[in-house]
Amino acid sequence: MARLEIGQIIAVIKEKLPEAVVEEILDGVDPFVVVKAEQWGETAQLCRDDSRLGFDLLSCISGVDYPEREEGPEIEVIYHLDSTVNHHGITIKVKLPRSDPRVASVEEIWRTADWHERETYDLVGVIFEGHHNLVRILCAEDWVGHPLRKDYEPPDSFHGIKNVIY
Amino acid sequence: MLLNMGPQHPSTHGVFRVVVRTDGELVLESESHIGYLHRCFEKCAEGNNYLQVVPYTDRMDYLCAMMNNWGYAAAVEDLAGIEVPERAEYIRVIVAELNRVASHLLAFGTYGLDIGAITPFLYAFRDRERILKIFEKLCGQRLNYSYVRVGGVTFDMTDEILADIEAFCDYFDPKILDEYDNLLSYNGIFISRTSNVGVIPAELAVSYGVTGPSLRGSGVQRDLRRDAPYGIYDRLEFDVPVGSGEMGQLGDCWDRYMVRMREMRQSIRLVRQAVKDIPEGPFCDKKAYRAVKPKAGEVYKRVEGARGEVGFYVVSDGTNIPYRVKARAPSFCNISILDKLTSLSNVMLADLVAIIGSLDIVLGEVDR
Repeated sequence: MARLEIGQIIAVIKEKLPEAVVEEILDGVDPFVVVKAEQWGETAQLCRDDSRLGFDLLSCISGVDYPEREEGPEIEVIYHLDSTVNHHGITIKVKLPRSDPRVASVEEIWRTADWHERETYDLVGVIFEGHHNLVRILCAEDWVGHPLRKDYEPPDSFHGIKNVIY
Repeated sequence: MLLNMGPQHPSTHGVFRVVVRTDGELVLESESHIGYLHRCFEKCAEGNNYLQVVPYTDRMDYLCAMMNNWGYAAAVEDLAGIEVPERAEYIRVIVAELNRVASHLLAFGTYGLDIGAITPFLYAFRDRERILKIFEKLCGQRLNYSYVRVGGVTFDMTDEILADIEAFCDYFDPKILDEYDNLLSYNGIFISRTSNVGVIPAELAVSYGVTGPSLRGSGVQRDLRRDAPYGIYDRLEFDVPVGSGEMGQLGDCWDRYMVRMREMRQSIRLVRQAVKDIPEGPFCDKKAYRAVKPKAGEVYKRVEGARGEVGFYVVSDGTNIPYRVKARAPSFCNISILDKLTSLSNVMLADLVAIIGSLDIVLGEVDR
């Protein structure tokens, strides 16, 4: 298989799942597409299994909190996919409502997602539905809150350890 | 029996805890726990301006800090549209490849230590020391350099240091094959401890997001320096060594170990080319040296670190403080495969140590 340009990659996704892609931003520093949250599971499966795409490596999952969006408070989950066969990549975003951020887990599709989704849950508070073990990974098990939310307030103390701000 | 290995355990290379269920000497399953070194680098990054974030990246993977600096700096440069001077690009390749050698040397030494061979460790540290001396001369630091910065590098490379580097290459090149291979690589006990142990099939490795030497040990041809060239790597000649199952099954501990040894040769080759061709000129973009204020936007930039893909996802909202920085640390993904490996086949407890060592993790970047 051969390396595809971003436009061709989107065309392949649209051919199979015409409804999934809701937004394409191709003029920024890094082009990306926004996929409908309900269809992310199917899109992910397609991205890995279609031999023209061949995205077998999930590089990274990031969560970003946008509490002050015009269209309403949102949390974005960003997936950076890469192909070790075709040597191309794509950035896919899923936009979720901040009040109840839920999206399908892709840990069955890419095993990397297991720990990355746990991390995103831990730090940003996104719920990945269908994850077999969605518990905190970096913070302590009994930590309260999600530190990378923009309105996060650190606790004054944790198990008697004072939070000293220099 | 349930055994708790770590968080303070000499062979976990830091504070990493594995709970293992054993039957005699056999490990039936394991469960990794991380986070003991977590200091939320990503949160810290949201409170500092773009240039102040660089020292935090050092402390992620402190054994190859140059590549972490580079990954972050390259992301911000892309975001702000900063042109890096030619000379700085060459300096970056030189220091990054030397740092890769230093990192692989440490991996080589401590791996011997894990397996029970103490002498190679002393040899590795003797040679690593020479690289650290060069870095100390260059930027005053031995581990946390903050040398690669947004727009270029912090200090210029003098002719004296270039001569030092050339002398190091001449001294080091024959050592990799002769001394190290005689000492450890082809040692019968070492081979029987590492071959056919911890076999990672290529497909599984890719699915777990394993990158770097650990992935290439499974025979997958993937190196970002060649597949997605950044800096001036497309102008330089080098090979990408991959595992071939010489001593046993493809993707065993020995393969991963050997990829690192062979990579050191290539790194020295790259350093020699860069030292030969380095042009005169400025070493940093003047404006970016003082302040950076990118337009609103976002970028994901990755470089090939000593342990795999070091990625930085940076979001800017148009101020001089990043809106969000997400670091993709290679060790974080590489170590996530451990529990799967112990469940695939029953390994001996001593082999678990060999597997962790062969993945070459740095807990500073697993936990960030």
